[in-house]
Amino acid sequence: MCRTGSLRNQVEDFLFREAALLDEWRLDEWVDLFTDDARYVVPSTDLPEGDPARDLVFIDDDIVRLRARVARLNSRHSHRESPRSRTRRFVSNVRVEETGDGELRVSANVLVYRFRSGEGAPYVGAIEYILRRDGGDLRIAYRRAVLDLEDLAWHGAVSIIL
Amino acid sequence: MDIKDLIVDDRDRGVFRVHRSCMTSAGLFEQERERVLDRCWIYLGHESEVEAPGDYRRRTVAGRPLFFIRGKDGQVRVFLNSCPHRGAMICRRDAGNAGVLQCFYHAWSFSTDGDLIGVPGEDAYGPHFDRTEFCLKAPPRVDSYRGFHFVSFNPHVEDLVTYLAGARDYLDLVVDQAEEGMRVVPGSNRYTIKANWKLLAENSLDGYHLVPTHRTYVDYIAGFGTDDSGDTVSARPPGAAKALGGGHCVSENISRNGRPIARWHPVFGEEARERISLVRRRLVEKYGEERTYRMADTSRNLLIYPNLLIMDFVAISIRYIEPVAPDRMDVTAWHLVPREESGPALATRLDSYLTFLGPGGFATPDDVEVLESCQAGFRATEAEWSDISRGMLNPSPGTSDELQMRGFWRQWHAHMQGRNTTNVQDR
Repeated sequence: MCRTGSLRNQVEDFLFREAALLDEWRLDEWVDLFTDDARYVVPSTDLPEGDPARDLVFIDDDIVRLRARVARLNSRHSHRESPRSRTRRFVSNVRVEETGDGELRVSANVLVYRFRSGEGAPYVGAIEYILRRDGGDLRIAYRRAVLDLEDLAWHGAVSIIL
Repeated sequence: MDIKDLIVDDRDRGVFRVHRSCMTSAGLFEQERERVLDRCWIYLGHESEVEAPGDYRRRTVAGRPLFFIRGKDGQVRVFLNSCPHRGAMICRRDAGNAGVLQCFYHAWSFSTDGDLIGVPGEDAYGPHFDRTEFCLKAPPRVDSYRGFHFVSFNPHVEDLVTYLAGARDYLDLVVDQAEEGMRVVPGSNRYTIKANWKLLAENSLDGYHLVPTHRTYVDYIAGFGTDDSGDTVSARPPGAAKALGGGHCVSENISRNGRPIARWHPVFGEEARERISLVRRRLVEKYGEERTYRMADTSRNLLIYPNLLIMDFVAISIRYIEPVAPDRMDVTAWHLVPREESGPALATRLDSYLTFLGPGGFATPDDVEVLESCQAGFRATEAEWSDISRGMLNPSPGTSDELQMRGFWRQWHAHMQGRNTTNVQDR
């Protein structure tokens, strides 16, 4: 019981640190949290269970494209985020499951408010992670942000990291 | 302002201007619904979205709630999504399968071909009650071309093939890429742009904006290097922009980037090289070098007037624009793939789509931003005109010229004035 509690604390610390890196636009540090075989996926709103190998999703990045996504977001030519939006992330309902092979299966609810050009709206959803132990640290091997929104009527795009 | 003055089109001086009220006026938006959207063929969906008997899809098309369903006889039928009894929506999910359609209000039920087959307590209606008066209603006209289903709210609209004019050949060029026909993969990208819908029709055909607006995409692809082995395009004439009649337009590019059919590029990875060359060989056997060149080495952004785009470049996207208000459009995009592709071939294509296309891609978010920026700029009403004159004096306009956009606007302007046709040989 005690062990689960401390594991959750450790994972929550990791997720809160990750959220801060994103809200502070420290994206180079953020992308360093990922393993080289990592995947970042955002399914389409009408198919939350969508599989990028079969279905149309919004985002399916391997580490090469994820780093390119960060480079793009760091550029002033990433027009939807230049100037950058203000975001504030709330991460909660964290559940942790040890899979036995040194990996952790984690899910968390997330609420990301985004403000820009006189408008503000939330992205609401859940993020599923596979975290891998790397010495004393955790690394992200898989990160899937599943939106509860029915469409992108409020935002027009997924222009930030969800 | 009189409608005829909304566009200045001076072919001798090379002046083409659109008055910005075309994008902002509520009055023009209402007239446009009647004179453009309600007179044309409007895209509904693809046959592959309803494969099995009873499969249905719900859509909003030119403001109307509709659904289409495959009947037990295999035929696709389209119905207004409103109970003939009191109006409630019959179909209340975006997609599903049904043997019988039942309204949840008074439980009237309908067969998949629209007949009223059940009325609880029917005797209470008396002897003159006629079930045939309460069949599900279809839009005035329904037709399809090679798997693409359209509806029209204009009972007198020309048949679909006539309507498609020169766009038909380009649709063929897309569909013929597949050996076993095309299908839409599950999932759609739905997003809203707070801008006038015509701006996206324009933007989707606009080659001039590619490098400045999408610089991060261009740089990303350039980072993979290019493939100069077996150069099939250098000796070819550059791309072209064309008005295809009826307001349909195309921007046709020589593709130096990759195309899943069938032009390998380093971005696809070395393991895809052999596979893609096999596809190309298959195309040459079937269609010959010339048509293969058009399919594989050229890409096309095709506008089926007024509000459907087939974007056939890094992958094939069907992009439908639903005008909602003068300053708002809802966009739905689907991914069209050859049925025979699976495994690694499908994976390459799905991946290629996401690099550029879609609201999470490396380019579409910038287009969303730029269109909203234009719409916001239009509030400066003293700046009255937008210029679309690029290449107007060029006898063979290229893809960064704007003939394709003028073709769209000329047809729109003719429709708004109650006229029907425009000259295909526009400049």
